[in-house]
Amino acid sequence: MENKPQFPAETLKLIQEIKSRYPEGKQKSALLPVLHLAQAEFDGWLSVPVMDLVAEVLDLDPIEVYEVASFYSMYNLKPVGKCLLEVCRTSSCWLRGAEEIVHYIEKKLGIREGETTADGIFTLKTVECLGSCGTAPMMMCGAQFHENLTFEKVDSILEQLKSEGKRKTYFDEVVTDHY
Amino acid sequence: MVRKLLLANDHIPGIQGYEVYRKNGGYKSVEKAMKTMTPEAVVEEVKKSGLRGRGGAGFPTGMKWSFLAKPEGVPRYLVCNADESEPGTFKDRYLMSRIPHILIEGMITSSFALGANTSYIYVRGEYYYIIRILEKAIQEAYAAGWLGKNILGTGYNLDLYVQPGGGAYICGEETALLESLEGKRGNPRIKPPFPAVKGVWGCPTVVNNVETIAAVVPIVNDGGEEYAKIGIGRSTGTKLISASGHINKPGVYEIELGVPVEEFIYSEQYCGGILNNRKLKAVVAGGSSVPILPADLILKTAAGENRLMTYESLAEGGFASGTMLGSGGFIVMDESTSIVKNLWNFARFYHHESCGQCSPCREGTGWMEKILHKMVHGHGETKDIELLWDLQRKIEGNTICPLGDAAAWPVASAIRHFRQEFEECVMEEKIKNSIQF
Repeated sequence: MENKPQFPAETLKLIQEIKSRYPEGKQKSALLPVLHLAQAEFDGWLSVPVMDLVAEVLDLDPIEVYEVASFYSMYNLKPVGKCLLEVCRTSSCWLRGAEEIVHYIEKKLGIREGETTADGIFTLKTVECLGSCGTAPMMMCGAQFHENLTFEKVDSILEQLKSEGKRKTYFDEVVTDHY
Repeated sequence: MVRKLLLANDHIPGIQGYEVYRKNGGYKSVEKAMKTMTPEAVVEEVKKSGLRGRGGAGFPTGMKWSFLAKPEGVPRYLVCNADESEPGTFKDRYLMSRIPHILIEGMITSSFALGANTSYIYVRGEYYYIIRILEKAIQEAYAAGWLGKNILGTGYNLDLYVQPGGGAYICGEETALLESLEGKRGNPRIKPPFPAVKGVWGCPTVVNNVETIAAVVPIVNDGGEEYAKIGIGRSTGTKLISASGHINKPGVYEIELGVPVEEFIYSEQYCGGILNNRKLKAVVAGGSSVPILPADLILKTAAGENRLMTYESLAEGGFASGTMLGSGGFIVMDESTSIVKNLWNFARFYHHESCGQCSPCREGTGWMEKILHKMVHGHGETKDIELLWDLQRKIEGNTICPLGDAAAWPVASAIRHFRQEFEECVMEEKIKNSIQF
């Protein structure tokens, strides 16, 4: 097998630590946290070879990994841009203009919901309630919550993300102004 | 003067860190419980307090704790439900990010009461930054000797870990959460057996919401009777309310249970009235799952009494004219809101989040979303209103977990209280179509 993905030694160490959180023989519990690590490690999505690698390090059958990865909405089973924009679309955000925010981003980036920009930087996704209803409308990119969105705020966030050009993950440091 | 128990120290700079938290009375409940009380006595205080589950179900916490099976030689677990996903609810995120140590302290005191030596906080994956805040707080607690082996020289050991979810509303249901903690899909289990008998890895387990666990801290510090003095009747203590929607001051408010709904919406102390001086149209008082009520019924009961923020008062009138306190996710809608469109939004949510295990929910939520999509986009027919009504009735009560009910109630209540709007939605289309022809 060519280009078989491998975890760096540091991540393997972390995986061992995660496995030690559960009683002997119950290491399957490490699956969700390890899938998050794998996704952050391998370009923001879980390819079949990456899921097979997770199965190998956790001593699981590959099907046990696939069935979990396909159940939860945070695991991407297709490639995504460096910055996955997850815009909340549920009631409280909708009441405060989430639809307009989605349309604005679509127009600005020239993509529809679910698509990735040609330069591979942005993917736009709408998601269900992220628990930021009091600071609606909002979107999340990596671990960062961007709240009280306005068109101007969206402009500056997208500009900032584009100029950084870095892949955003759930393990990023975040700025928390509101909370 | 409103009494605050969980957010009393919210204004203190640096309260997120261990030193400041400890200086302001933090971890006293652990000292008190472990040095002066037996685990049974702690359970007794929680029973006396009248504390009810703050995640949404409102089940008495002390009673839930007393159901925990204690077979010889089998480990017991405490799992904190921080999977906060009920639309309109963001209080747990607020509490965990502002005062993470109150949850850690509550977990230690509660684990001691239940005889758990390993406990987990299951946090929804989207709150990854909260996970890091909690992990830091846990490290600080270990360093200060509140966690680990032989805590305070009592011989009691406790390890505490944070577990991330993967993005699934259903994992807020306690048995789905346990499945997820075991590294599986979040499919709810059939009850019985209840988690108190057979929970995570088949062992006796208590699952409690973040706010419930945090409330154990003041209950142990001040005594259950003192806690029970706050509130009205069986709604004791304080409650975190997440206020959102068309209001001037959205945010998290700690209220003494019993505040009039009208005061909560209009006073400067809380929501500060309706945005842009518009009129109030409707409120979803306890997270998206509870029945929506029109302005007149949320402010006053059908009998004309002032509606209060308590479990009982909000439920007054049953589902015919009442609702539920639920998670305290208080969504306010002004006169410009389309109830039909909001319902489509909710229906899409439940369809997206149904785990797919039970046919009535898997198929029914899809149908409801489709019909409402049709209505909202101008292709509805009069018979669709009856079809929606029929569908929700066939889901309610016919599924393993309450997600089915949670998907049905918003539909039933919206049609019950706003039927005219559905009729207009269908009518308008007929008129438009006739003009086109």
